[in-house]
Amino acid sequence: MSRVNFQHQQHAHCESGVTANLLRHEGLQQITEPLAFGIGAGLFFAHIPFIKVSGTPGTTFRSLPGSIFKRVTKSLDIDVHTQRFSTPDKAMAALDEVLDMGKPVGMLSSVYYLPYLPEAFRFHFNAHNLVAYGKENDAYNISDPVLEEVATILPEDLAKARFAKGTPEPKGFMYYVKNVPANLDLAGAIQKGIKKNCFLLLSPPLPWFGNNAIFLLAKKIRKYPQQLTERKAQLYLGNIIRMQEEIGTGGAGFRFLYAAFLQESSEILKRDDLKGFAQELTAIGDEWRNFAYSAARQMKARKTDLVSFDELGDMLQSIGTKEKDFFTRLNKLKW
Amino acid sequence: MKVNEVPQDARDFRDGDKVKKLVYAVDKDGKYTGVNSAGWEAENTATRQAWDAVDEALAETEAKVKAGQLSPIAYYMQKCLMDKGLLAKYVGKWGWQVSRHMKPSVFNKLDRSLLEKYASVFNITVDELISFGK
Repeated sequence: MSRVNFQHQQHAHCESGVTANLLRHEGLQQITEPLAFGIGAGLFFAHIPFIKVSGTPGTTFRSLPGSIFKRVTKSLDIDVHTQRFSTPDKAMAALDEVLDMGKPVGMLSSVYYLPYLPEAFRFHFNAHNLVAYGKENDAYNISDPVLEEVATILPEDLAKARFAKGTPEPKGFMYYVKNVPANLDLAGAIQKGIKKNCFLLLSPPLPWFGNNAIFLLAKKIRKYPQQLTERKAQLYLGNIIRMQEEIGTGGAGFRFLYAAFLQESSEILKRDDLKGFAQELTAIGDEWRNFAYSAARQMKARKTDLVSFDELGDMLQSIGTKEKDFFTRLNKLKW
Repeated sequence: MKVNEVPQDARDFRDGDKVKKLVYAVDKDGKYTGVNSAGWEAENTATRQAWDAVDEALAETEAKVKAGQLSPIAYYMQKCLMDKGLLAKYVGKWGWQVSRHMKPSVFNKLDRSLLEKYASVFNITVDELISFGK
């Protein structure tokens, strides 16, 4: 029976939200969600047609699960503990131990096994982050950053969520902050985060990752009407929209979240040019939203205002070109 | 996206309206701020479609189980939103073994311990599993 006095705050994205909440708990109030997201280089894009997730091609707008927490704490020189486990018993015992020490604990989980979430969101998605901050009456106190309020979960449900199978497998992954340094090099971490994110988006020489993948998706979408049944084409489009807009993206496939990061950074670093970049990315984010809106219309296939698959391809082509130029210029900033 | 453009289209299915997620939008001073959103029509359409696809597939499979063409494992697998590969991992079998277990003739001969394993993965009792569709 223990409970940490934990300040729950709702955020847009689970991992940057958990990271911000855990660091603020350690007294680092200046770490907002956008800062965690940007320093953690959370923005990404990948479209991997040959990896099917529930029958649709894998598409993602975020970086690998766990990478935001890792990069943020590394850049800011924060001492953390991370661990995976071989069995649920060991993982739950270790969780109790850390809670008894008075530390809130971050964990990876599958949303399918979180009964406190509405059914609408509960698919087999295995990279959801949450915080346990206590155990009372044999239930864990949970701070799930996508929710407005805190929640509770039974140990057997949490164990299932932590040991969900599939891709990726959380394997009971848990993490907590051990020590924070007296002084934070926030400016240095912001610069490093921006560099890293530009690298992640621009450098992959493969068509499936980063900025390249936007053009790949543009090409694929144009071919949907020829290559797929109407039903399949609808499901494929639906999946892209869900990845872009469903719970925890901050809108427009994380573009608004990243723009918020650039804006906050412009104030911290006293650089007006970053404010300009933030505005530009906001406009690109609006284009992403326009794409999702048009894709949804195509999906419903209202005959009156049909947007063709070619037009959807054109939209992505335009977004890809703008983002390529945007991140190339961002990458060239002199610090 | 400006604050006044944050969509508030209710996600009124499967308890989706219980969550008002946070999105980032630009306020009148040009600054980003967090705003709660009840949902967005485009996103609701996509999510609802994903659930409709699940329901349709489930109804088809239910009919096949009742007609004796598939075992209840096929039904509960879909009900739990799993595919063969994922279910195989949960019960510690190969995909081809799970495929066999979906044949009613093979299913009827499965031993109790394996049935229990399937039932526990599906979060139901063995009785519920074997009596489904009968």
